[in-house]
Amino acid sequence: MNTLAGPLVIAAAFAYLLLLAGIATLADRRAAQGRSVIGNAWVYTLSLGVYCTAWTYFGSAGRAATSGVWFLPIYLGPTLAMVLAWVVVRKMIRISKTYRITSIADFIASRYGKSPSLAALVTLITVVGIVPYIALQLKALAGGYALLTTPVGAAALPAAHWWHDSTLYVALALAGFTIVFGARRLDSAERHEGMVAAIAFESVVKLLAFLVVGAYVAYGLFDGLADLAARVRAAPALAPLLRLEQGGRFAYEQWFALIGLSMLSTIFLPRQFQMMVVENVDERHVKRAAWAFPLYLLLINLFVLPIAFGGLLIFGAGRMDPDGFVLSLPLAHGQPVLALVAYIGGMSAATGMVIVETIAVSTMVCNDLLMPWLLRTRRFGALAAGDLTHTLLAIRRGAIVGVMLLGYLYFRLAGEAYALVSIGLISFAAVAQFAPAMLGGIYWKGGTKLGAQVGLVAGFALWIYTLLLPSFVKSGWLAASLLSEGPWGVDLLKPERLFGMGGLDSLTHSLFWSLLANAGGYVVASLVRRPSGQEASQALLFVDIFERSVVRRPVFWRGRARVPDLLKLAGRFLGAARAQQLIDEHPQSGAEPGVADARLVQLVETQLAGAIGSASARVMVAAVVEEEPLALDDVMRMLEESSQLRALDRLKDDFMASMSHELRTPLTAIRAVTELMRDDAQMPAAQRAAFLDIVVTETERLGRLVNQVLDMAKIESGHGEWHTDDVDLRELLAHAGQTTAAMFKERGATLQLRLPDALPTLRTDRDRLLQVLLNLLSNATKFVPREGGRVELRLRADNAGVTVEVQDNGPGVPADQQALIFEKFHQGGDAANRPQGTGLGLPISRRIVEHFGGRLWLRSEPGQGACFAFFLPWAGAAEASSRHTRHEGAAA
Amino acid sequence: MTQKIVIADDEPNLVIPLEYMLKREGYEVTIARDGQEALDAIARVRPQLVLLDVMMPRKSGFDVCQALRADEANRELRILLLTAKGRDDDVAKGLALGADAYVIKPFSPKELVAKVRELLEGAA
Repeated sequence: MNTLAGPLVIAAAFAYLLLLAGIATLADRRAAQGRSVIGNAWVYTLSLGVYCTAWTYFGSAGRAATSGVWFLPIYLGPTLAMVLAWVVVRKMIRISKTYRITSIADFIASRYGKSPSLAALVTLITVVGIVPYIALQLKALAGGYALLTTPVGAAALPAAHWWHDSTLYVALALAGFTIVFGARRLDSAERHEGMVAAIAFESVVKLLAFLVVGAYVAYGLFDGLADLAARVRAAPALAPLLRLEQGGRFAYEQWFALIGLSMLSTIFLPRQFQMMVVENVDERHVKRAAWAFPLYLLLINLFVLPIAFGGLLIFGAGRMDPDGFVLSLPLAHGQPVLALVAYIGGMSAATGMVIVETIAVSTMVCNDLLMPWLLRTRRFGALAAGDLTHTLLAIRRGAIVGVMLLGYLYFRLAGEAYALVSIGLISFAAVAQFAPAMLGGIYWKGGTKLGAQVGLVAGFALWIYTLLLPSFVKSGWLAASLLSEGPWGVDLLKPERLFGMGGLDSLTHSLFWSLLANAGGYVVASLVRRPSGQEASQALLFVDIFERSVVRRPVFWRGRARVPDLLKLAGRFLGAARAQQLIDEHPQSGAEPGVADARLVQLVETQLAGAIGSASARVMVAAVVEEEPLALDDVMRMLEESSQLRALDRLKDDFMASMSHELRTPLTAIRAVTELMRDDAQMPAAQRAAFLDIVVTETERLGRLVNQVLDMAKIESGHGEWHTDDVDLRELLAHAGQTTAAMFKERGATLQLRLPDALPTLRTDRDRLLQVLLNLLSNATKFVPREGGRVELRLRADNAGVTVEVQDNGPGVPADQQALIFEKFHQGGDAANRPQGTGLGLPISRRIVEHFGGRLWLRSEPGQGACFAFFLPWAGAAEASSRHTRHEGAAA
Repeated sequence: MTQKIVIADDEPNLVIPLEYMLKREGYEVTIARDGQEALDAIARVRPQLVLLDVMMPRKSGFDVCQALRADEANRELRILLLTAKGRDDDVAKGLALGADAYVIKPFSPKELVAKVRELLEGAA
């Protein structure tokens, strides 16, 4: 059999890496120019192709050669997963984008109350589960290299010292690449355009390479697929491979376990989460990927069986490693160029996985393991009093190199061991443990931190015991008796037949126990203890993410922070310029200068979360904020407020309906009387006059409606006209009383004014305030009893401002109506007075009072009458801050 | 025998022309200003037809409709719904609750009178 020269293969490999770097650089440059290449659903879809690793590229043919169609479930799972992607993945994307979540560890920790211990736990599981998987990729690179360059029969793996091992240098080159395109700068969004473009390119390369080799085997070495199939059926050893039952019973439980497992892996493998969720730039891309990614998988699997059977037919079973068929078939038939292309394809599969997985895992290690620990040590705090961005970047880069070297170390140590060869599915099973906490976290508000911890620990422990440990035994690292007899000879504890459960393959068995314990522990422990306030608020933010993006986000934060403190904190992790920009873009609405409002605090925390993980961000922000602990009751109250917000939102939807009702009612009356007059020339003059009166009043009503709607719109959009003046409130209230006197008289009601003897003037808009008073008084006349109605207009003043109250002796406002009556077009009870109201009076009044920094409210016990009151501060809202500084100036 | 009609609507300026034209057509008209008054008036006057506004205080047109149909004594009573919202589900709800027909505001007097006549002829 032919071989290729080692240096040639290495040169080709490095040339390929350079090409990759070129593409990434180009993409980064275009992104900087604002012409992003990844704002494209096709690129997104291709980047998901990182799912197909060297394990797919080489291993699928290997699996197919030993178990026929059983390579398929691994690719059917993702297809099913993508069906659900629009629902599940889109929700994860929305959550991650909103709260700047950059890894699975961060996602889970953030959901369960920003718990650092949970973040560390998830990171630990990931490292244990994924680092061997990285090793497997390195092994594939090394194995492929050996196959290309060493004659058959020679040692399969380079026995050379590690410093002669080209795999080490490939690993280091990959680490370099990952650093350059994954951790060049600190980006709080943790997005890497160049890297994504490079990975998408790799997906194209491996697909094309595999298709070319497949086509060569099917049409070059055989007479097409039909010829191949006929020969397989003719070979008694191969024919059973084509059937699901493999000559025995169809192990449907294993089939579905594999499909289910790969479904979960499609979403929860760190590299998949990175590409699918973190690097996503547009939710709509998920829609394309939902069908295009399964299509990609279909294409890359098209020639798996032909290559496997071709290899078996040509080499005979057992003579060549089926994992190497992709390389050995072209090589054995004197096609070195094709073999090299095949190797580059395999390399693209391996490197893509290694790069993305390393970025994802190192982000977790850095943000969820190292940072929380470093931030707690005092020496680090003192050391890094200033700008931390460089330190942070160095840690991130160190983590990348560390993860890569860990993978390499495992590769060197494990060699041909079963523990490495079979790691693909073992890794899948490890990340599947995230499913209960993740899926429960976004669909079930009841899931708690305790539940997630119990579930993850139980699932992880059983995964180790039933899958990882046996793989060590099969590698010869542990005594075989552990499997055959159980620990201490206890039969029930046999790792692969736990509690006597037999009849399942080891993977299905492990999945069954670990996921059962995991999901069970999660649910039970969640139900055992009530969530803390922090947990409950996060649960709400995650589960209701789609509702929350419509309504304003509620602020689950109580406490105060000084702006300079926040600026300093943000500066340490984001850089001073970015921090200043952040604060500048967010003008403070609060009256007190220098004190950050809750929204700014939250904004800073979210930005920090992107840079150092949500758990650490929480710790850092808490350090500069005098926070009051958030009790569960507070959250419940906020929850209620937010559901009220939602109710108000629905009311806004009713705006058009109400508006059309308000317009149609007078129009109906006008149309009726005018048509009657038109059609009846003989109508008596008195009747005609009465009808014309209706036209006049209804037209007036329409005019009033139009004015008030315009008024409301102006005030709401901030374009209202205001004429501020020194207003004598005693005089104004008296004037309002006189204006409404006729109305009161007509209703047989009395109005009493209770005014203080003297009062300083108030800076406000006289006409607008009169409008408020007239509205409240005329409302009161409508609701007092027809005879014996009493209304009191009271004015009080203190140091802060003035309070005006309009108290009536009507039926009062039922509790369930009290919030609604301030809504547009909502009208209270009595029929007879309807034509007067437009349903806009109270909302407008409230806006006017709020414009001057005051508030308007209602106090009412049913049966005790209603009391509408408003408070106006001596200084209007607009002047509050300037007045504040004047006071300070006076004090100095 | 003069046929009797109850108008139940809380908009006086609409009730006036309705009353005028129905009286002109020869019907005997009683006015109710809300849902409860409507039920009381119907029990008292025993009309052949009621013009029922949907949006009324105290009891909505839907409530009145339901209450009327629950009483066997009103089997012969024709119910004509006046709805301001031309929303399909309002109409569907009204008809489901036992209204015989509906008109959507703003309507033409002629159209309304024609509908009333049609309903009452069917009853005769």
